[in-house]
Amino acid sequence: MNAEIIVVGAGIVGSACAHQFARRGLDVLVLDSQRGGATAVGMGHLVAMDDNPAELALSRYSIELWRQWAPSLDPDCAYRNCGTLWLAANREELQAAEHKRETLSAQGIACQMLDASALRQAEPMLRKGLLGALKVSGDSILYAPNAAHWLLAQGGARITRRQDQVSEVDGNRVRLADGRWLTAEAVVLAGGIHASELCPELPIRAKKGHLLITDRYPGRIQHQLVELGYAASAHANTGTSVAFNAQPRPTGQIFLGSSRQFDSLDPQVEGPVLARMLRRALDYLPELGKLNAIRSWTGFRAATPDSLPLLGEHPQQPGLWLAVGHEGLGVTTAPGSAQLLAAHLFKEPAAIDPSPYLPGRFLPVPRPTEHSA
Amino acid sequence: MNEDFDLLIIGAGPAGMAAALAAAPSGLRIGVIDDNPLPGGQIWRDGVHAHLPANARRHRAALAAAENIRLFSATRVVAIAGPQQLLLEDDERAWRAHYAKLILCTGARELLLPFPGWTLPGVTGAGGLQALIKGGVPVAGERLVIAGSGPLLLASAASAKQAGAKVLRIAEQAPPAALAAFALQLPRWPSKLLQALQLFDASYRSNSHVLAALGEERLEAVRLQQNGKLVEIPCKRLACGFGLLPNTHLGQALGCRIAGQAIAVDQWQACSLSDHYAAGECTGFGGSELALIEGAIAGHSAIGAQAKARALWPQRQHWQAFADRLGRSFALDPRLKQLAAADTLVCRCEDVSYGEIAGCSGWVDAKLHSRCGMGACQGRICGGATQFLFDWPTPTPRPPLSPARIESLLQLAEPDEAG
Amino acid sequence: MIELILDGLALRVAAGSTVAAALYLGGDGSSRTSVGDQRRAPVCGMGICQECRVSIDGQRRLACQTLCQPGMCVETHA
Repeated sequence: MNAEIIVVGAGIVGSACAHQFARRGLDVLVLDSQRGGATAVGMGHLVAMDDNPAELALSRYSIELWRQWAPSLDPDCAYRNCGTLWLAANREELQAAEHKRETLSAQGIACQMLDASALRQAEPMLRKGLLGALKVSGDSILYAPNAAHWLLAQGGARITRRQDQVSEVDGNRVRLADGRWLTAEAVVLAGGIHASELCPELPIRAKKGHLLITDRYPGRIQHQLVELGYAASAHANTGTSVAFNAQPRPTGQIFLGSSRQFDSLDPQVEGPVLARMLRRALDYLPELGKLNAIRSWTGFRAATPDSLPLLGEHPQQPGLWLAVGHEGLGVTTAPGSAQLLAAHLFKEPAAIDPSPYLPGRFLPVPRPTEHSA
Repeated sequence: MNEDFDLLIIGAGPAGMAAALAAAPSGLRIGVIDDNPLPGGQIWRDGVHAHLPANARRHRAALAAAENIRLFSATRVVAIAGPQQLLLEDDERAWRAHYAKLILCTGARELLLPFPGWTLPGVTGAGGLQALIKGGVPVAGERLVIAGSGPLLLASAASAKQAGAKVLRIAEQAPPAALAAFALQLPRWPSKLLQALQLFDASYRSNSHVLAALGEERLEAVRLQQNGKLVEIPCKRLACGFGLLPNTHLGQALGCRIAGQAIAVDQWQACSLSDHYAAGECTGFGGSELALIEGAIAGHSAIGAQAKARALWPQRQHWQAFADRLGRSFALDPRLKQLAAADTLVCRCEDVSYGEIAGCSGWVDAKLHSRCGMGACQGRICGGATQFLFDWPTPTPRPPLSPARIESLLQLAEPDEAG
Repeated sequence: MIELILDGLALRVAAGSTVAAALYLGGDGSSRTSVGDQRRAPVCGMGICQECRVSIDGQRRLACQTLCQPGMCVETHA
């Protein structure tokens, strides 16, 4: 086929990009190595994160897009508007919750403080003694592998998906495993952690995470439960950290995270890290100890130094567009990321300020004179 | 809490017991871990309605008498806790076992294949029915049909009849010519010939297989393809199994090489991983006689008694030839791949139908997009079925190796953090 | 004989019986309700298929691999 756009990677970000281009009438070829990335293993928590204004702007905008799509999503995308409870275990965390409430409210995000008794009523499985929580009602969950499928399916005949491993990218062309080159008007690199193999200059580090899921125990928890210490763990730059994060799956299973480790590419489940993560979970949900776990696994987040994705044209490779580096927020921010990228490509006005995500913040634009020497 | 063993044996069936007894004279500290409530594995499964053969009783008694062998029944291996360490769980506690050497005697499970109605209460595995009867499930006076493939069908029928059931039909999928060729070879193994004659049943039909289990809330009748004819037999139970699959999960997780569907071993029953051995059905189908010999060889090898191990090689060869012959005779007819209809469930844990996975590119694709294999059996049942139906490779095991309490997994912490 | 409770009703079984046997002796043999709302009963009999998982004294366990104990409380609708 003659694709106008080639997207490398059929995870949630690549699929969202393909979906946007197809909506604008372009023929899109999506190439995926089927090695699996963060989409296949992550939690699928659509969460308004507010560690900096750009993160909040992109997540807020994206969650709104998910909400618009929600009625048309296939049932197997398992979208549920369960909301997030940010749990405060001590005075400082209560203050942090209040601060978060102010930040989110200022952006028009519906949220409210729950005091200790309201929290117990909302989530009786939580241990006693928690001081309260911030409830963010608009946060949701979904099953990302099927949501990615749904996005591709929306493109109809405009989107072709092919299993193929891209071995090289060069501006607007890609080389396949068999050595053939394919050219398009633009190539979009959305390969998550695998993008570094094709562009080693990308400032992306792998952050390994562990996850575990229980057998079905319906009705035990109602909201995505996250400790307020989560953000501190999420943004640590060294070492191994864990934070309590529990999700009520529509199946009745309880889905547990989270851990972060740097610079390991070994997918093995590491017992000591898993145990630390579970001990943290038991601190919040003591009755979890008696529930049966049925599966644990790991995944890799593609993290940039400032935790914001790279969205825009590669400054050194005209024709190559980047949609990578979403760390733990790829599922949340895929719709907004795709909108921003499409706005760049079509020179449309963007819905939010695109500048904080431009790749140029890490990849200097080469001055032509330097290279001609 | 930790425990140290010089030799740890996983599985207390014939292979595991023989391995422990062969290694016992060394005086080493030996542990035998088994997830069944009582030792014996499946063929010598004990229970309120079990009738153990004399050889099984002898092995049980010898195991109990050996002071350096500790048996842990109703105990599951939950995870690999570090180099030469396993995390174990029983119904009360979880703990780590360290070992210098390990012998895997994890046995086999039945290959269960999906066909319309196979999820109805009343339908069990063939060996499954036998195990349930031994545990006290009452079948006296019940009408039942046994179907599938392999010698287990006759053994299951014998247990059912002994418990008072009426066995209406035994449907073996293999063609008569294959069975006749097998029967002609039986005199090479006189004890098996005798066993076959004792087990022989007038309701046995070759070239016959199940088409559907019929019923609303539970099984009411079975539809069979019987030598080219369609028959329906009203019955209360259907016991259906299509042979055995080696239990390789723990071996795979440890990193032992897998050959075909079984754990690969050399002539000493040693795995590709040093200090690790395997014996019995997890190394390939063979029956209890072969399992006993292999277990003994592994036990001798593990304690350095190479001469004793070597002395058993001829016996192993004798029984291996029998196993090979058996495997060829009961090879599954590829037409059995057509038994499931589009709406027949393949994954019983998540209720995923054949139609939902038939177009998938492989196990991972099916799992990600249909939830096939995502349930509590961890793909043990549907993984075996999809391997036969679609040639999908066996799923990679992940911890926990069987469903385990979350509090048990806390024991995977670094020793100073376990608390 | 051992006395236990199955789905709220007292039941006496022979010592050494499995909980799977108790399901048949005191009920219709079924152990759980599937995702698609079908009743299911023990299948493999040897701890593999997980069809027989029931609640035993509040803990989810396998009926086929568990021996009945006096006073045990078994639930198949948990």
